[in-house]
Amino acid sequence: MSTAPDAPSAQDERTPEIGRARLRREDERALTGRTRWTDDMTLPGMLHLSVLRSPVAHASITELDTTEAARAPGVVGVWTGEDLPEQGAMPTAWTVSDDMRTPPYFPLSVGSVKHVGDIVAVVAATSKEAADDALELIDVDYDELPVVVDPMVAKQEGSPLVHPDLGTNVCATWGLDSVTLGTGGDAAAAIREAESDPDQVVVRRTLRQNRVTPAYIEPRSIVVDPTAEQVTMWSATQVPHIVRILMAMTQPIEEHELRVVAPDVGGGFGGKLQFTREEALVLLIARRLRLPCKYTESRSESMQSSHHARDQVQELTLAARRDGTITALDVDLTADMGAYLGILTAGIPLLGGFMFNGIYRIPAYSFHCTDVFTNKTMTDAYRGAGKPEATFGIERMMDELAVELDLDPIEVRRRNWIRPEEFPYATVAGLTYDSGNYDRATDKALAMFGYDELRAEQRRRREAQDPVQLGIGVCTFVELSGLAPSRVLGGLNYGSGGWEHSTIRMLPTGKVEVVAGTTSHGQGHATAFSQIVSDELGIPFEDIVLISGDTASAHKGMDTYGSRSLVVGGMAIVGAARKVVEKARPIAAHMLEASTDDLEFVGGKFSVKGTTSGVTIQEIMLSTWLAHDLPDGLEPNLDADYTFDPENFSYPTGTHLAAVEVDTQTGRVTVRDYVCVQDVGVLVNPMIVDGQVHGGLTQGIAQALYEEIQYSDEGQLTSGTLADYLVPAAPDVLRYRTDTTVTEATTNVLGVKAVGETGATAAPPAIVNGVLDALRPLGVTDITMPCTPSKVWTAIDDARRANKGQVTA
Amino acid sequence: MARITVTVDGMRFTHEVEPRTLLVHYLRETVGRTGTVVGCDSSNCGACTVLVDGESIKSCSVLAVQADGAEIETVEGLAAGDGTLHPVQQAFHEHHGLQCGYCTPGMLMRSVCLVRENPEPTEDEVREGLKGNMCRCTGYQGIVSAVMAYSQAARDEEVGR
Ligand code: FES
Ligand code: FES
Repeated sequence: MSTAPDAPSAQDERTPEIGRARLRREDERALTGRTRWTDDMTLPGMLHLSVLRSPVAHASITELDTTEAARAPGVVGVWTGEDLPEQGAMPTAWTVSDDMRTPPYFPLSVGSVKHVGDIVAVVAATSKEAADDALELIDVDYDELPVVVDPMVAKQEGSPLVHPDLGTNVCATWGLDSVTLGTGGDAAAAIREAESDPDQVVVRRTLRQNRVTPAYIEPRSIVVDPTAEQVTMWSATQVPHIVRILMAMTQPIEEHELRVVAPDVGGGFGGKLQFTREEALVLLIARRLRLPCKYTESRSESMQSSHHARDQVQELTLAARRDGTITALDVDLTADMGAYLGILTAGIPLLGGFMFNGIYRIPAYSFHCTDVFTNKTMTDAYRGAGKPEATFGIERMMDELAVELDLDPIEVRRRNWIRPEEFPYATVAGLTYDSGNYDRATDKALAMFGYDELRAEQRRRREAQDPVQLGIGVCTFVELSGLAPSRVLGGLNYGSGGWEHSTIRMLPTGKVEVVAGTTSHGQGHATAFSQIVSDELGIPFEDIVLISGDTASAHKGMDTYGSRSLVVGGMAIVGAARKVVEKARPIAAHMLEASTDDLEFVGGKFSVKGTTSGVTIQEIMLSTWLAHDLPDGLEPNLDADYTFDPENFSYPTGTHLAAVEVDTQTGRVTVRDYVCVQDVGVLVNPMIVDGQVHGGLTQGIAQALYEEIQYSDEGQLTSGTLADYLVPAAPDVLRYRTDTTVTEATTNVLGVKAVGETGATAAPPAIVNGVLDALRPLGVTDITMPCTPSKVWTAIDDARRANKGQVTA
Repeated sequence: MARITVTVDGMRFTHEVEPRTLLVHYLRETVGRTGTVVGCDSSNCGACTVLVDGESIKSCSVLAVQADGAEIETVEGLAAGDGTLHPVQQAFHEHHGLQCGYCTPGMLMRSVCLVRENPEPTEDEVREGLKGNMCRCTGYQGIVSAVMAYSQAARDEEVGR
């Protein structure tokens, strides 16, 4: 090794932005009330729309008379499905199988309704009040039809049909098998063998995923202005680009005639990843009337019509040797689609199919899924989309296996999980996990949690027959994030690519506009993306601005969902920034009278290696704009754009531990402590990461303890407002203790994984495992989510009765 | 129609309003203060919280006519005229007390009232005090930290005076 000092090189004196918990630049507007939500907008001559929704779950419409409503004060027009022949069918983007059945689904229903909240008419009036009042004057006769709400019933022969023309309630079936994939053995055979092998055990459980809803706080709102050459639609959406293209593909408007803007958008969580009937309706009516129109949903309308999620029945079989080593996993899934198909509806359970194996080495796997129609609101993406469901399945089963074998739940996981040296690891479901270190995160979490002390306390309480029992819930998870390689999506018949786009515009005064195809609705893109660009270009954070969420300025993009903004969108930005540097290099060489090969770019400055002379990229920006003295034949422009198509998904992982107290006299569950250590790769902004984790955890805990969309047998929505759908408030949750370990992603240049969905994915099994861990000595073996006091109490009571029966027998 | 006069963030307004108009719609549509927002129709979410004569109320649960003669404070009046953030706003900023920001106006107004009523709240008291305000993004941790920090800042301010 040479001891000679290196030639002096340009030193980066900047503190790197990546890794810094920068306060968000988004905050000030929101804190001072200067946000612009869609519903804040008023345009000259603007009309207000209201829609009439079905009060019954399934009916044919025998009469629909709008004459009186049309004459009401302030009313400009009333339309039914028959009055709107130009309306196109609502699209679905995911045809999961060749035999998938797509029922008719229009902005305005024609002839029948399929769920409570289905749309039968629309009114335009000069005020929202007038439009609402007129709804009451529309005369509808419903001829009610048989209703089916339970997917297990719906898939049986002879059950009432949601769409009689389809002749079945089965929307599609889809499967994965390690034999056909070539990734493992025959699961059915392995399970059969285990059944007759005294050295093996077979655990069978049927688990239920409760139906929940994203419950963003900002209701959806749409404004359409048809008065300029391009029709502009503002919508509270996560996916302006998708809305624009689907609108153009299905409704009477061409793509170049429409601009879609997502202004300030509240929440999302997948709930605003939809092309909605309401969006189509506002556009259709505004174009008919040639006037701006607005529609804003009420919360009750949101509960009825914005999509729901989860709602699965999982029949799981896990086989393992007595030492805990898993030998096979079989999953038979029944997934409730609701009455119609949204953009991703049928694909959500399929995503889960790739993740039921979790972080474990499973030698044989089979997955079979039946998508079923019911007379309920459609389901679609919600934070995690398919993966929380799968994680729940496998993580509940790992606990059941631990109980069966009398092993510690951490130990049984350790014996099965993929070892650090095995990465990249090809899973039995056909994916390749790029990196991970489950021991590291788990060891850290166990230490933070005080696992052994808590187990000791648990024993004491059990022995003392304390009315408040302690349970310890474990979940070690992996997420499938960042949708993703376009080729893979094509192979799954998903009607879209998975790339993301960015343009970096270099302004003459040394400032930068970053144009991104993803849009933020609370994730802090403006801050995080500026941090990335600041490091790439060596330009101060303050000199960078983000432009997104408007198809006119950010003309290409796949929008924000599935935790793709950083791992896919961020890489498009990095790619564009690196192109900018390469465009600047010959200009720098010309300015410095040096050869490009002799230049290095560090900290925003091109220098001739071994000298101190240099020129900053901001100086080059001005000289490029002046264009007085550029190398011959060079385009006077430093802007660059880049489209990034990832080579793989991203796989954040982690270990969650929950200490829950269950009051056996009231059934009340209290989460006493929650520790999670996540590995999301390199952290761009740790503060934003924490915020994403907290939000996700809260939603996950809420699914486990509080939230459930409920229907009566007649298909009436009985959880139709925030008074009966329990979104947790501050006293319902606790202060989480979170930390991270860093195993860099190997599939992107920044080494980042994703974070937005992890909390919602890992928390439900952690909590439910904890509740059951507390109650097992009482004989309780299962409780379906949400674990409400009445359900927990009933489970305890049932177990006590059953035990008593045994004792007296 | 009824005539009402209110002061909103220090400015006086007189308007004719329909008796059925809710205060939140009056503020948003007639006065033009869209900082205060609506999240539900059952008075559960708290997004519409404003101060009326110093008390935090859900402005979707009262009629505009009931506010006749009242002094109303909204999120738009919190920061100083020169744009300096109010200590509660500063605390939310520093503690990552907001993500999408939709619940934020209501959270801020409720927090001001909460700390006024209980200048030295415990974390549990802060959580209890915010139970009428929903946030779907933050999981409340940043919000609770912010309110704790704000109450400390408000106490320091008192001492400093
Ligand atoms: S809008 Fe007032 S409480 Fe929800
Ligand atoms: S920050 Fe989004 S609802 Fe609170």
